[in-house]
Amino acid sequence: MRVNFTVNGRPQEADDVWEGESLLYVLRERLGLPGSKNACEQGECGSCTVRLDGVPVCSCLVAAGQVEGREVVTVEGLAEYAQQRSRGTGACGTSLDEARWWSAQGTDSGTGEGTELAPVQQAFIDAGAVQCGFCTPGLLVAADEMLERNPNPTDADIREALSGNLCRCTGYEKIMDAVRLAAARQGEAV
Amino acid sequence: MRTNGTPTQLTQGSRTRGGIGESTLRPDGTLKVTGEFAYSSDMWHEDMLWGQILRSPVAHAEIVSIDTSEALATPGVYAVLTYDDLPTEVKHYGLEIQDTPVLAHGKVRHHGEPVAVVAADHPETARRAAAKIRVEYRELPVITDEASATAPDAVLVHENRTDHHASHVSHPNIVHRQPIIRGDVEEARRRADVIVEGEYVFGMQDQAFLGPESGLAVPAEDGGVDLYVATQWLHADLRQIAPVLGLPEEKVRMTLSGVGGAFGGREDLSMQIHACLLALRTGKPVKIVYNRFESFFGHVHRHPAKLYYEHGATKDGKLTHLKARIVLDGGAYASSSPAVVGNAASLGAGPYVVDDVDIEAVALYTNNPPCGAMRGFGAVQACFAYEAQMDKLAAKLDMDPVEFRRLNAMSQGAVMPTGQVVDSPAPVAELLRRVKAMPLPPEQQWLTAGEDADVRQLPGGLSNTTHGEGVVRGIGYAVGIKNVGFSEGFDDYSTAKVRMEVVGGEPVATVHTAMAEVGQGGVTVHAQIARTELGVAQVTIRPADTQVGSAGSTSASRQTYVTGGAVKNACELVRERVLELGRRRFGTYHPAWATAELLLEGGKVVTDGGEVLADLVDVLGDEAVEVEEEWRHRPTEPFDLRTGQGFGHVQYSFAAHRAVVEVDTELGLVKVIELACAQDVGKALNPLSVVGQIQGGTTQGLGVAVMEEIVVDPRTAKVRNPSFTDYLIPTILDTPTIPVDVLELADDHAPYGLRGAGEAPTLSSTPAVLAAIRDATGLELNRTPVRPEHLTGT
Repeated sequence: MRVNFTVNGRPQEADDVWEGESLLYVLRERLGLPGSKNACEQGECGSCTVRLDGVPVCSCLVAAGQVEGREVVTVEGLAEYAQQRSRGTGACGTSLDEARWWSAQGTDSGTGEGTELAPVQQAFIDAGAVQCGFCTPGLLVAADEMLERNPNPTDADIREALSGNLCRCTGYEKIMDAVRLAAARQGEAV
Repeated sequence: MRTNGTPTQLTQGSRTRGGIGESTLRPDGTLKVTGEFAYSSDMWHEDMLWGQILRSPVAHAEIVSIDTSEALATPGVYAVLTYDDLPTEVKHYGLEIQDTPVLAHGKVRHHGEPVAVVAADHPETARRAAAKIRVEYRELPVITDEASATAPDAVLVHENRTDHHASHVSHPNIVHRQPIIRGDVEEARRRADVIVEGEYVFGMQDQAFLGPESGLAVPAEDGGVDLYVATQWLHADLRQIAPVLGLPEEKVRMTLSGVGGAFGGREDLSMQIHACLLALRTGKPVKIVYNRFESFFGHVHRHPAKLYYEHGATKDGKLTHLKARIVLDGGAYASSSPAVVGNAASLGAGPYVVDDVDIEAVALYTNNPPCGAMRGFGAVQACFAYEAQMDKLAAKLDMDPVEFRRLNAMSQGAVMPTGQVVDSPAPVAELLRRVKAMPLPPEQQWLTAGEDADVRQLPGGLSNTTHGEGVVRGIGYAVGIKNVGFSEGFDDYSTAKVRMEVVGGEPVATVHTAMAEVGQGGVTVHAQIARTELGVAQVTIRPADTQVGSAGSTSASRQTYVTGGAVKNACELVRERVLELGRRRFGTYHPAWATAELLLEGGKVVTDGGEVLADLVDVLGDEAVEVEEEWRHRPTEPFDLRTGQGFGHVQYSFAAHRAVVEVDTELGLVKVIELACAQDVGKALNPLSVVGQIQGGTTQGLGVAVMEEIVVDPRTAKVRNPSFTDYLIPTILDTPTIPVDVLELADDHAPYGLRGAGEAPTLSSTPAVLAAIRDATGLELNRTPVRPEHLTGT
């Protein structure tokens, strides 16, 4: 079957999709967006978390056909999504001016240096919340969504919001630090 | 013992920014937060096929027949391979003993053993085709424990053993046995005023790394294969893969893909050979990605263990003797069981002074899942037992458990039960003092916080099962000892290639090693070492591959020490050559070139007095200076097979924990409130990363204390919970705050004085939590993990 939907503000068309394929599979294997991760493929680990019409979901548990006509944001689109949000446009997609500005940025393919990041992405790097990084994309999408809803979370709020995202490397302490840092920076910026 | 030639001090100014000791950020951080970092499961190739493994549904059986015809006839299927399709006479592999069949031959020995592999153009097609392979099994009795393994009429898991341990074990179902005998236990027992005995059970833990086993094999025009894979040691994989394929090692070119965690579970091969076989057979790139269910069958686990301990002490609290027997279940294949036995035995007494010791450790062959490396490697199980014993002794002597440990704690100069002298700092008592001195979290927050009381911080959490009724607090302590590096005479070297040249008008260092970055931050540290040693700002870390010499394994807390040491060493050699170049070019302009101690700092050659002699850009000009060199730590020696005596370990690593728990005694629910750790790391090359290692290791120890266990049916030897629904690892809600106190007492034998850090925190975390639960409930609790029914007696 063919599935049409929007990913990170851009219309996408996936062809020859088998009915049993998950949104995660279509993103990773058909659309070249492997940022959403495949740690358990049974909805337990949160590493495949994306936003579906704004709501965080495990993309491994969403049948690809279910996303027809809907909007998906993945970790690859998080920076742009955050930028749009901070400008209050509320929509994804790149304006012509921004597209020009983007093309002027040099990005180091080896390290990603020069890449524009969402505040929560920068905070994860700065706080040491990334080790192997396999849980990171899902955590970022979940944390960004929580900070959007709740700009001043308590520690218990953070733990509750991220309780569906497993991390095996960090012991979560530096993830807590990162989310607190992102919230604090967000507060300063307002 | 001290070996010459091991540089231990800072040989170079560290004033260049981003050098060792700073919390520089990961070079792969940006790629990892944007989703662009390419993990092994992210590999994609035009026209690639998907591989799928068919695994045994039973634990022990003869294979009567395999019929692949229906699977082969499935549209979209390109190949189906069984044992009979293996191309050479080499059909087994293994880290130490080559006892693991690439595909089962005549027999399966554990639930989930690979029997056949399929390649198809869609993963679901491959899965369905694998399901169409008809295998007829004739089931055999299962060996599941020591009694069934060593019974006189026991079925042999492996007939006709010829490995080098076969001759010294008392039964062919014992992989390896290592006694450690020192002093005279019978005589010492007579001096004991109190004796405590215990029998402890340690459950089977899974590494549960998040990135599943996966990779991509691409057939090459020269008849070889390019393999992109997540592993812990590229060259060990290569050594095992190439002979099975019938290819010379240089035709199997391996590149490390992004590794989604490892923790020991990637030491053994998983999909590597299968993907290569399918790629070579079909002439197409083949990708294999396990799902989580398969991952639980696709790698070895931590050995479950039964441990029998007897300690004695005098009434003033001094240990008299230790008699211990540690039985590790190695499962169906050897993996690294022999080395785990060596560790469990040699570290079985813990970080305590006890002169009269009789320890025996064995690993069994059974039909349970194969067990091998996991963070802590044999030392974890022992620590669980000896720390429970310390608490029992303290209680029997009516002493404070920390004070009792302090009285018996080893320090530098102590003699291990193996006879090895601990010749670097061993601040066991100090680590305990530090965790004990940390402020305790407030008690009964549900009362003091009044309206603001947060149910999420209580046992049961969001399930809202208590508002404090039936909740009691307990505090527990534990300390452990772990070896660093490969032991028992293993030639544990690493290789680094370092290049220095001018790029874009700037001096740049390029570091190339085969070290597997599995998340630990080795790549961060290598760049820091290069900046410190070569005084440059720009360091490029090349991807790890087999085009450079072996780096050894990313395990045993060894990479910062050994590959870090190799990078440091190669940098020093590059620096000498650069200075030589400078002397040739500019030596006549300034006498200091010949007379002063010269450093590379901030992109310049400077004297130790700080005078600038030249820019590195001018010294190097168009030349590139490159060195590839192996580096070794001081050698170790095997343990004597009868007495266990020997200089077996390179270095020791110590951590202590204090656990604070709250237990809902009615429901048997445990909430760990805080898990404080103090650890000596010798020198924190990157403080942010090393604290991250300590917190991560601590949390894995917490997991096996209260939730993590692979449940194997004792009647069928089948795994009952191969999923994250049924095998639970700590979530962010289960994990407490983990304050960390880092000590830096230099080990003069190690580069920069550093001490391997990754594993020690996994040891003491578990027994500290158990001690706290015992303190809260008064229960004996001799097994881990603790489940609700152990606390409620229901």
